[in-house]
Amino acid sequence: MRKRLFFTPFIILLVILEAYPLVWLVSSSLKAPYEFTTQPIYAFSEKLWWGNYAKAWTEGKIGVYFRNSVIVTFPSLFLVLFLGTMAAFGIEIMRWKLKNVVLFFFLAGIMIPVQMILLPLFVFYYRTGLLDTRWALFLTYVTYGLPLTVFFMTSYFQALPPEILEASILDGASLIQVFFRVAVPMAANAIFTLAMVQFFFIWNDLIFSLTFVSKTELRTIQTGLLNFVGRFGQIEWGPTFAAISLAVIPTFLLYLFLSRLIMEGLTAGALKG
Amino acid sequence: MGGACLSLLESGDHAMERILRDWKYVFFFVAPALILYSALLLVPIFWSMGYSLFDGFPISGFRFMGFGNYLRAWKDQDFLRSFWFSAKYALVVTPGQIGLGFLLSLLYFLVLKRASRLSVLIRTLVFFPVVLPTVAVAQMFVKLFEITPQYGLVNAILDVLGLDGWIRPFLGRGDTAFWVAASMNIWTAMGFYAVLLYSGLLDIPQELIESARLDGASGWNLVRLIITPLLRPLFITSTIFSLNGTLKVFDQILALTGGGPGKSTTPLTLYMYRTAFHYNQYGYGSTIAVILTIECLLVTGILSFFRQKTE
Repeated sequence: MRKRLFFTPFIILLVILEAYPLVWLVSSSLKAPYEFTTQPIYAFSEKLWWGNYAKAWTEGKIGVYFRNSVIVTFPSLFLVLFLGTMAAFGIEIMRWKLKNVVLFFFLAGIMIPVQMILLPLFVFYYRTGLLDTRWALFLTYVTYGLPLTVFFMTSYFQALPPEILEASILDGASLIQVFFRVAVPMAANAIFTLAMVQFFFIWNDLIFSLTFVSKTELRTIQTGLLNFVGRFGQIEWGPTFAAISLAVIPTFLLYLFLSRLIMEGLTAGALKG
Repeated sequence: MGGACLSLLESGDHAMERILRDWKYVFFFVAPALILYSALLLVPIFWSMGYSLFDGFPISGFRFMGFGNYLRAWKDQDFLRSFWFSAKYALVVTPGQIGLGFLLSLLYFLVLKRASRLSVLIRTLVFFPVVLPTVAVAQMFVKLFEITPQYGLVNAILDVLGLDGWIRPFLGRGDTAFWVAASMNIWTAMGFYAVLLYSGLLDIPQELIESARLDGASGWNLVRLIITPLLRPLFITSTIFSLNGTLKVFDQILALTGGGPGKSTTPLTLYMYRTAFHYNQYGYGSTIAVILTIECLLVTGILSFFRQKTE
């Protein structure tokens, strides 16, 4: 009991340090323009001023950026999981000579900094006319997500008792049927966990989006927000706070429902990566 | 009877072997990923290594330099400044992330009741910044430490407390901007390491901790003599992961300070980016990328070696 009392102030301080900046962010996004100059920055606003959100969404184009992020994230996510799981199945379950070499190739990619591939990709997309299209982002996200996906899924298949898949092969199922009807449904939880890890990597990407897309209509939420604060940030605090809040809120909603899985998934990803 | 069964098994094994060795299926499963990966990740790595031996960019044409770019980096003040910035940043942020993460994990493990609502709530809250878009977090910190046209939250609080001497343009000066950047990263990531290390603490057999307690070890001694040694492999894993993040930091810095004021908070990653895309020096930009890659691989290699030794 005494121990509890001793730690209580620390716990309260911790909660304030973590939560207060976010509360402050959202409360500031609801202030009227004049309140920033007449009231201290920590004061709550008298009335809720939703106009900041309207301005950030339309004039600041946060709505467009948000839509772009959705359009590019989900197909990339689907394809990286699909191709990665297929490759992991082929590497771990099937028997062939060079499989360990190929696995090593995939794993080597985990440590490579983005900067190492940025220029060649830029030149490649420029020459193929894919620069400034969603294809550049889509292809890059799928590729850069493969190492972790292959690693995660090969360790999953490795831990699986081989009899389970072999039984269905003996029953006369083709390997493609085994993959889609047995392996994937069985791995559904692992794939879902991995999907969450990859979702945040893709959704929160800045450098690829910054490099490969310069048209405002194609910018994703991170580059869009950066562009927004470049234009409005110094002068219009209300819409700026609203724009930041708009970037935070979808993540918050997802986190609200899946926090336990997200925490498990991301830390498991670290252990394997 | 037994013989028939055995031969059936054998033919089953044989069939299995044949099916699992069918190269057409190997190709079907592995080739799509492997082709994409080779084309857009493996080839670019070698391409960058090639660029690093040249000077110029596609439109002006290239001139072979040998290792000239590497010699240039060795004498380039901006490169050296960025290199040291990255090193200093990693040496502050990584211990900060893991140290505070460890303290938090001990809080979760030793103080809070495991399954209690409060414990879950605090873990969830402290982890939340990990998943936030980095630009949003950085812009929030810009506003926290703002000075004009209005005081941000930090300066406003200093004002109220009467600590006027401390009010300053935190992001307008290299030294304070460094500390804002470092604390922002620690604030964002410590919850991650807390959960990671907490999962390691949960794996320690309960009897071990109970018997140490019966032997009179409590609090600090329990942590120092029992918990820390047992977590060693996990500490090394965390350090590998953390250094790979801090040495490669880009988003947070770009969105917080843009590398400034001047070039005082420019990490190697950002210096590479500017060199390549603002100054169109593909060769020299790639050289910086190669050096960064070697640095990350070296750090990871050395730490992995230590991890294997402890296991």
